[in-house]
Amino acid sequence: MSAVIKPMTTLEEICTEAEKIRLSNPDLGDKIVSDIYQNAEMIAGPAVIKNSTDSRSWDHKLDDILTSRRLGYPIMFALLSIIFWITIAGANVPSQMIADTLFAFQDQLLIWFELAGAPSWLTGILVLGMFRGLAWVIAVMLPPMAIFFPLFTLLEDLGYLPRVAFNLDNMFRRCRACGKQILTMCMGFGCNAAGVVSCRIIDSPRERLIAVLTNNFVPCNGRFPTLIAIATIFMGGMVVSELQTAVASVVVTSLVVLGIFVTFAVSWALSHTLLKGEASSMVLELPPYRKPQLGAIFYRSLIDRTIFVLKRAIIMAAPAGAITWLLANIYIGEISIIGHLAAWLQPFAYAIGLDGFILLTFILGLPANEIVMPILLMCYLSTGQMMEYGTLEELRDILINNNWTWLTAVCTMLFCLLHWPCTTALLSAYKETGSKKWTFLTFLIPTVIAFIVCFIVAQSARLLNLV
Amino acid sequence: MNHSATKEHHKLLSEHFGITAIPGQFTVALAGNPNVGKSTVFNALTGLHQHTGNWPGKTVDNAQGSFTYLDRSFLMVDLPGTYSILAHTIEEQVARDFICFGKPDVTLVVLDATCLERNLNLALQVMEITPKIIVCVNLMDEAEKKNIKIDLSALQKDLGVPVVATAARSGMGLDTLRQKLHEMSIGLCTPTPRQISYSSEVENAIQQLLPNVSRLIGSNLNPRWVTLRLLDGDQAFIKSISQYLNLDLHSTRLQEVAV
Repeated sequence: MSAVIKPMTTLEEICTEAEKIRLSNPDLGDKIVSDIYQNAEMIAGPAVIKNSTDSRSWDHKLDDILTSRRLGYPIMFALLSIIFWITIAGANVPSQMIADTLFAFQDQLLIWFELAGAPSWLTGILVLGMFRGLAWVIAVMLPPMAIFFPLFTLLEDLGYLPRVAFNLDNMFRRCRACGKQILTMCMGFGCNAAGVVSCRIIDSPRERLIAVLTNNFVPCNGRFPTLIAIATIFMGGMVVSELQTAVASVVVTSLVVLGIFVTFAVSWALSHTLLKGEASSMVLELPPYRKPQLGAIFYRSLIDRTIFVLKRAIIMAAPAGAITWLLANIYIGEISIIGHLAAWLQPFAYAIGLDGFILLTFILGLPANEIVMPILLMCYLSTGQMMEYGTLEELRDILINNNWTWLTAVCTMLFCLLHWPCTTALLSAYKETGSKKWTFLTFLIPTVIAFIVCFIVAQSARLLNLV
Repeated sequence: MNHSATKEHHKLLSEHFGITAIPGQFTVALAGNPNVGKSTVFNALTGLHQHTGNWPGKTVDNAQGSFTYLDRSFLMVDLPGTYSILAHTIEEQVARDFICFGKPDVTLVVLDATCLERNLNLALQVMEITPKIIVCVNLMDEAEKKNIKIDLSALQKDLGVPVVATAARSGMGLDTLRQKLHEMSIGLCTPTPRQISYSSEVENAIQQLLPNVSRLIGSNLNPRWVTLRLLDGDQAFIKSISQYLNLDLHSTRLQEVAV
C-alpha cells in the first residue's frame, strides 16, 4: 500500500490533502452530519414503539397559551408582578423580626464593649459601623431573597423560563441579540455578578458581550430593597394602606419593565455601532413541563443562590460600614467629611433631581448596592451611625424632612435602576470578557444613561412646574 | 494501565482539564443533550460529593463529583449539555476534547427516552471516539406517560454497547447503572460499538485520507474518526490534536514511533 501512496508524514500535509478533498466535495461537512442523522433514524426506528396518544397535547395546549402573541406578554408581566407582590408582602414580618433580634444583640455588644473598656472609636467602627451595617444588610436582604429565589427557581423548574426566552426571542432578534439573553437577565434579578457569569450560555462572542454590557439594567437583589422601600413610601403612600403593597408591586414591576426596555434599546444601539453584526441562529428547545422537585428547589435557591449573594454582601458591607462610620465621624471644621463631600456634589446632583447626599451614597455604595439606603439615612440624621428604619412611616418622615418630593423619589429610583454596576459585577465582567475596555464600558454605559434619563426627567418636571 | 501510564494520565487530566483524580480512582465522563436529566443522574450518583469550577481557560462550567461502588472510587465529570460534539460551540469543544483526549474510563451518555432519535446522534458520535461507552436511556417514566415504549434489548444489540434504562428522578435503574460502570471500568466488559455507516461519497473521501492518518496517529485515537474531523475542516480539532498529542504541524515523531 505504501508503495502506491506517496508517504505523507506531517499533520500539515494531511490537512492540506483534506482541504483538497473538501474543495472538490463542497458539501462533505453537511453530508457527514446528515449521515449521522440517518444512522440515528435507522437505529431509533425499530427500537421505539410509539402509540398514538393525546397525552402530549396538554403541554402543547399550554405552550400555545403561554407563548401566544396575545397572551404571552400579559402572562409574563402578571407572573412577575405576583412574584414581587409575594416577595414584598411576605418579607416585611421576617425582616422586622431579624432586625429586632440583631439590634437587640447590638445593644448587648455595646454593653460588653463598655465593660471591656474599649475606646469609643473602636466601639464606633466595630459595632456601630461594621456590625450595624451587617445587621441591616442581613435583615433587609435575607427575607426577600429567601422568598424571591425559591419562587423564581420554581418557575425555572416548571420549565416556564424557556418559554419566556421564546416569547422575547423575536424582540432580541430585532435588536440583533440572542434570545437567551433573557435567561441571563433572569439571573441578574438575583445578582448582576451571577447574571454576568451566566452570559456564557450565549455562544456567539458578540451577543455574549451585549448581554454582559446590559445585564446591569435588571435590578439585582441589592437594589430591590431600595426600590421597594421608596415605592412603598412615595407611591404606595398616596393610596389607602390596604393597597400599598399592590401599588408598590406595580411600581417595582414597571421599573423592571423599564429596565428591560432600556436593555433592548442599548442592545440595539450596540449591535449597530460597537458590536456590529447579525443575530446568529440558535436552537431554543422548549423542554417538557416537569413536576418541580421541591427539595432541589430549596437547596438550589437557598444554598446556591441566597447564601452566595448574602455572603458576598456581608464581605462588602462590613468594610463599607466601617469606612462610612469614619467619614461621618471625622469632622473638618463644623461639618463631617461626608457633609463636605455632599455639599461639593450638590449642584451636580440637583440637576439630575437628586441631592448631594443621595449621589454620594450611590458612590459609596459602589462595593455593594444594598448599603445605599442605610448610608443615606445615616447622612441625613448625622447621628454617626447607620439607622435602622423601624417602620416605613418613620423613614418617610426622615426623607420628607430632608426636602424629598415625588420627583426626588422618582429620580432616585431611576438612578438606582440605571446606575453603574457594583464592584463584584464589574469584577465578574472583567473575568468573563478578559478586557479592560469592555469592563470600562460595562461601567460607563449605565452611568451615562442614568445621568441622561434623570436629567431629562428632573428638568422637564421643573420646567412644567410639576414640583 | 501500568503505573507510569496512570501517572501520565493523571498529569494530563490535571493539566489540561483541571481534574484531580486520586490514585486508583476511575474517571467517568457524563455527556448528554440539554434537558435530558443529566444533572439529575449526576446528583443521584454523586450526592453532595461535588464541586464546581471552570474548564481551564474556558468560560464553561465544570462540575465534578465522586462516589464509591464495591470499594472502588469513581470520579464523575459532568460535561456541558450539547446536541453534538462536532465542536461548533465552545461547549461542544470542551465535551469532545475531554472524551477524546481526557481518556475517561467510561463515557456515560444520557439520552431522553421521549426523543430517542434526536438524542442518538450524540451517542453515535461518542461511539466513534471511544468503545468505552454506556448508554443511559433516562426519563423512562415520562416516556411511559407518553405511551412510548423502547425495546431496550434490541437497542443494546443494535448499538453494541451496554444500555441501561433509568428514571433518575425516582432512582429507578441507578443500581444497574453503577454496576455497569463498575464492570466496564475494571475491564470486565469491552463493547464493540456499532460504527456509523457513511454514504459512498463520504466513504470514498475517508479511504483517500485514512492510510496516512493511521500512520500519523497510531493507536492514540480512532483514525477513522480523526479522518472525518479533518475532512470536516474542523480547525479547533486540529489545534486540540496538536496540543494534546504534542503533535506539532511538522512533526514526524509519531510516525517513526509507529513504524
